Amino acid sequence: MTAAFTEDETQIEAAGKPGLTTRIGRTAAHLASYLQAVPLALILGFFFLLPILMIAVVSFWDYDFAGLYPDFLTMNYTDTLGSWVTWKTYLNTLKYTAMVWGLTLLIGFWVAYFLAFHIRTTTMQMVLFLVCTVPFLTSNIIRMISWIPVLGRNGLVNTTLIEMGIIPQPIEWLLYSDFAVVLAMVHLNTLFMVTPIFNTLMRIDRSLIEAARDAGANGWQILWNVIIPLAKPGIAIGSIFVVTLVMADFSTVQVMSGGQSASVALMMKNQMSLLQYPAAAANAVVLLIVVLLMVAAILRVVDIRKEL
Amino acid sequence: MSKAAEIDIVSVSKIYGSTTAVHSISLKIPSGSYCCFLGPSGCGKTSTLRMIAGHESISSGDIRLGNIVVTDFPPAKRGTAMMFQSYALFPHLDLIDNVAFSLKMKGVEKEQRRAKALDMLKLMQMEPYANRRPAQLSGGQQQRVALARALITDPEALLLDEPLSALDPFLKIRMRAELKKLQKSLGITFVHVTHSQEEAMALADIIVIMNDGRIEQAAHPREVFERPATAFVARFMGDHNVLTGRVVASGDGKVTLEVPEGQTFTVAGPAQEPGAPIDIGVRTDRVRLATPAEKTLGFHGVVSNVEYRGASVKITVIGAGSDDFTVIATDADYFEKPVAVGDAVPLCWGLEDAVLLGRIAA
Repeated sequence: MTAAFTEDETQIEAAGKPGLTTRIGRTAAHLASYLQAVPLALILGFFFLLPILMIAVVSFWDYDFAGLYPDFLTMNYTDTLGSWVTWKTYLNTLKYTAMVWGLTLLIGFWVAYFLAFHIRTTTMQMVLFLVCTVPFLTSNIIRMISWIPVLGRNGLVNTTLIEMGIIPQPIEWLLYSDFAVVLAMVHLNTLFMVTPIFNTLMRIDRSLIEAARDAGANGWQILWNVIIPLAKPGIAIGSIFVVTLVMADFSTVQVMSGGQSASVALMMKNQMSLLQYPAAAANAVVLLIVVLLMVAAILRVVDIRKEL
Repeated sequence: MSKAAEIDIVSVSKIYGSTTAVHSISLKIPSGSYCCFLGPSGCGKTSTLRMIAGHESISSGDIRLGNIVVTDFPPAKRGTAMMFQSYALFPHLDLIDNVAFSLKMKGVEKEQRRAKALDMLKLMQMEPYANRRPAQLSGGQQQRVALARALITDPEALLLDEPLSALDPFLKIRMRAELKKLQKSLGITFVHVTHSQEEAMALADIIVIMNDGRIEQAAHPREVFERPATAFVARFMGDHNVLTGRVVASGDGKVTLEVPEGQTFTVAGPAQEPGAPIDIGVRTDRVRLATPAEKTLGFHGVVSNVEYRGASVKITVIGAGSDDFTVIATDADYFEKPVAVGDAVPLCWGLEDAVLLGRIAA
């Protein structure tokens, strides 16, 4: 853009009329760049900013079983934050987030590490990476539900173990438990960890690893002192994906816990089904703030600008 | 200071799948010498260096450092240190931590290793930048840090993989001088891989010229310049014209050969079997544009190009089976009797300016 209008300027000045024409040229150039930004601004404005603003506004409204009444009340917030149920639900959601984050990071890092450092040819790397994405060809819900016949009371795991004589009776905690919720969430979200970490690992200059080996580092020392520090941006991006997805999850929690466990989003969903929209909106605003703080904390620890 | 080690390479080969990168080479690098591996890309020089360093396994043969056979040792146990082509500085560490890296791996206390790293940076005059990251440094500064990092382990031999290739021409010459000075003051063996003849001539005590996985010649730069061992060396170093033909007569310490175009030339050398293929090299800077006194020490050719280089003029001539027979004339000589493209010119040289080039068994 700048290059284009300096060129304009020199042409005009060469023509011997600086002043006015230059100014017009400059304004036109500015207008053009604003014009180019308009479509995205409109889309983001209508589908992102406006809904969030509406949620924020509605969260201060009054309501009863029949309707919503524009108002400015802090009742929705005091109700939400003053209830021990909310705090317990947040704690539960954070527990899931921490467990899922830890497990996806562990599994995702090793998958990415294997793909990046142990597969020799780029073709094979790409093939295996695509294999990782195959489960995404089916919907989340279906992948989640397909755990039920595996983990159920008379499911694959239990019947196999009983037939092999390892356990006398079915294990109860396999399905409709925290275990099932975390398992399904890890299954659904690990790829979001693999992709950015794989990306950063692929960018690590292989001569750095040789240099570390030349300096006497063994495999673990190379991993700890060279590879993990250089993979931090990818780990941070993957963590943002996983944390935001798990914090906002309601379907996995509902299906896999069999309704015995709650998450913040599930609480909102229940409020909405009771037509308590302002209460749900207040809850959403609180959740938004909490998640933004978590993302900010991640960005505070790791500088991801190199990756973007 | 640290001890220098002699490096002994004994019929070492490197085979990747079905291709052989290094064909059973043998070489002794005397301790405390500056050795340059020189050759075109893909000639096996970098593979050889990496085998010395331990970053490449040795397919067959042995490498000895001092009195120890290091063939199966990991890099850090060999007493060598390597400086990588792109320096391979750790981007996430500041200069002190970069230099102290190998000490950290050995488990040296933090204070102690940082103090030693700082001393090393001082030696390289990089102390003021100690807390910066590598990305904030210029190419020359990065090289100094890479040197500091390699030398902190007190190696017996420093291995440098094209250390100057990332620098601009002026800096190249300056850093070259620094490398030489450093080698002299440390007294350890330097093995330096390069594709620049000039760099090798300027630095080396021993130049090893490689081609196609084989050593064509390993000798002092003066020997390489004055008596190139093979046609490849003569062409690669660029200071000799190579004429190829067959022996027609020999004896009396001289060999006469005939090129396919019919001219005959004489070169000093031991008797050869008539009809054997033979190459000779003629010093480009000794050829004069004059009628030869002896018919076999010159020929007539046509000028195909003239390049003015300031103190000298490079004239390219077609003739005697060569289409780039080069004459380097001093500017005084040239301007006394200038020639133009297309002129037919006589060329002559003395018997002592031509050398018999050998052939290595394939």
